Amino acid sequence: MSPDPPSSAFSTTGRCRKGEPWVWLTAAGLAIGIVMALGLFLLILVKGTESFWPHRIDLMEVVQGDRIEKIAGFVTQESQRKETDGTVHEEIQVFRGNKDLNGESFKYIDRAAIKATTRPESILLIERLEYGLAIVFPVALETPGGRLEASSGEFEPALEKLLEQGETARKKLLVIERKKIGAISLELEALGRAEKADSVAPDVAKARRAELQTSFDQLQAEAVAIRGKLAESSFMGTAADGTEVTYPAGNLLHVFASNRVGFVGRVGETLHRMWNFLSEDPREANTEGGVFPAIFGTVVMTLVMSLFVTPFGVIAAIYLREYAKQGIFVRMVRISVNNLAGVPSIVFGVFGLAFFVYTVGAGVDQWLFADKLPTPTYGTPGIFWASLTLALLTLPVVIVATEEALSAVPRGVREAALACGASKWQAIQRVVLPASLPGILTGVILAMARGAGEVAPLMLVGVVKLAPSLPIDDIAPFIHPERKFMHLGFHIYDLGFQSPDAEAAKPIVYATALLLILVVVSLNLTAILIRNRLKKRFAVSSF
Amino acid sequence: MSSSAPAPVPAARPDFIEVDKFSFHYGEKQAIFDIDMKIPEHQVTALIGPSGCGKSTLLRNLNRMNDLIEGVHHQGDIRIAGRSLYDPTVEVISLRKRVGMVFQKYNPFAKTIYENVIFSLRVAGRSKKSELDATVEWALRSAALWEEVKDRLHDSAFSLSGGQQQRLCIARAIANQPEILLMDEPCAALDPLATLKIEDLMLTLKEQFTIVIVTHNMEQATRCSDRTAFLYMGKLVEYGETMQIFERPAKQQTEEYISGRFS
Repeated sequence: MSPDPPSSAFSTTGRCRKGEPWVWLTAAGLAIGIVMALGLFLLILVKGTESFWPHRIDLMEVVQGDRIEKIAGFVTQESQRKETDGTVHEEIQVFRGNKDLNGESFKYIDRAAIKATTRPESILLIERLEYGLAIVFPVALETPGGRLEASSGEFEPALEKLLEQGETARKKLLVIERKKIGAISLELEALGRAEKADSVAPDVAKARRAELQTSFDQLQAEAVAIRGKLAESSFMGTAADGTEVTYPAGNLLHVFASNRVGFVGRVGETLHRMWNFLSEDPREANTEGGVFPAIFGTVVMTLVMSLFVTPFGVIAAIYLREYAKQGIFVRMVRISVNNLAGVPSIVFGVFGLAFFVYTVGAGVDQWLFADKLPTPTYGTPGIFWASLTLALLTLPVVIVATEEALSAVPRGVREAALACGASKWQAIQRVVLPASLPGILTGVILAMARGAGEVAPLMLVGVVKLAPSLPIDDIAPFIHPERKFMHLGFHIYDLGFQSPDAEAAKPIVYATALLLILVVVSLNLTAILIRNRLKKRFAVSSF
Repeated sequence: MSSSAPAPVPAARPDFIEVDKFSFHYGEKQAIFDIDMKIPEHQVTALIGPSGCGKSTLLRNLNRMNDLIEGVHHQGDIRIAGRSLYDPTVEVISLRKRVGMVFQKYNPFAKTIYENVIFSLRVAGRSKKSELDATVEWALRSAALWEEVKDRLHDSAFSLSGGQQQRLCIARAIANQPEILLMDEPCAALDPLATLKIEDLMLTLKEQFTIVIVTHNMEQATRCSDRTAFLYMGKLVEYGETMQIFERPAKQQTEEYISGRFS
């Protein structure tokens, strides 16, 4: 008989080995964090992309008292409403568009009241310049060449052609009204100032003014002609309840037969809508159109902010860590810098407004733009002051990260540089800084993430609901740091809480939030790529 | 070897480095007590002694590296070729250009091999390509590294092995033609083979430089030093020819230390 196997000298079983609960606890902490972050991101991702998907349009017959009302639209939300007597109604929120006819784009319908639902193939989803989406049955096109019934085979190609013509005409109008007429009024303004300052002879000014007036009139006439051409043709249709509608062809942006197009076509439509969202200017109190100016403003502001915060933060940290005599004073400075990170961001906004805008900006105006006063140039909120304010806000992040990075450089490397006859500054500049660059960039990345997502201070120092022009464009001097700008974060707040039609704006809010996240992530990814390349170049010895 | 090699120095001065009644304090704590010693030119002088005996402190005072630490002060004087290091008119930077240093832990910069070697020239503001090229070749040859790295001078210094990195540090220390080379346990982080290479190197380098080395390794001291100083508790116990110190030590403490009876 063989003896029992010897029992192991180590205890290997037991549900709760020493220290194990702590591992679980820390893992749980991480898991909760990941779940929360992922959940938020997924919600925004799903809702944000869903808002671009073209829904099928239902034609519903709804019992309203003793008559039957026809409503066309798509369901956006389902909910339950409890009456005081305890009965529960299933209610659906339907998007039916046609704000010009109905006053509101949304209607709440009791599910029990719906008698029948059909999906008519001919119904169209029409994007318009005004009043948002329209959902109508086409009837005819009225063109100078005659009337074209919707049943005829030439209807659709003709409509397509009209849309194309409308787009080119609108582009022309934009060039005429924004650029050419804008340039004329700019020159007129300058002429007025020159006259006031007596730097131009009155008769010369008069002649020039007349010239400008003629070209202004010409442009105006051109614009009127184009507009007239746009109004020549019109689209006629009937709404679901039978109301006849007529839209000037120039007001139509895009037509989509949602119930007729297959899956591939709808994916194409989704991409088309996404592209419009990214590339177009907002319309209709921002609830329609795209968010391009907001993307542009966010990116430019964040980059300018990094441009300012990085050198200042790095220089301050170098002095604090390398040159300042470590003592009570430096420790207090360090504590203050850390506390600065905890100051509510709106306080920075107030400071930025009071100091940058009203003090520095007003001073700049007095000094450089005195001829334009009392109209302020820099003495008013703008993207430059917003960037500076956020640079101040994110300064502690960069200082702390740089100090950490500097102190992580091994002493041996510094000593080696000094032993080679380098001065302290040479050692810092040639050896210590390159070695700590990845750490410094980590700080800049954190600062960018913080700055890009900040909204509250921006409201005071330069963000607006709708900026007519971008801070960088093709009008000399091309870069306009004094201009107000749009920002994705503020756009979310504005659409979600300040919009006249909050329901209609909801999908855009999700899409904008998703976009803001993507912008921040891509800015960060760029910085991380740069950091990794530098890490490879300046890797510190692993010994 | 190369045109940038120094002209032969006339006669070796026996009291090239003079440590004169030198005491050194880290704040309240005194690390070196009243040391007197003369280090001759073109010889290898080894400083031995147990940990904390002050040998590294003494070495690091020869190029005033200890100045970087806050709250240090000293009495007495150290002179190199008759000139006091602590003369207020002496610029520390120019001193360090005359006294190169190699550290216990090899510490190349995160740069290419080439840039590592010429670092001291770069900080001195010299940038003539031909001069830099000549210096790199001469310094790497002197550090017995040229044959191994001549084809990859523009690779990162970290691509080298530990022993090669330490020899690169030696090349970097001698690139600016210092007169003195300080070595603070240069082989502590190296394997025996790399150690042997560095020791061989010291024997050739002493023809050009005056070498002061701190070592914990008795065999190393006997193999490559001409003179040995034994320090204990911040005091110079015994100093003389290496042969004499190891074969006929005059002091009891020295004998006990080198025979391993205490450490």
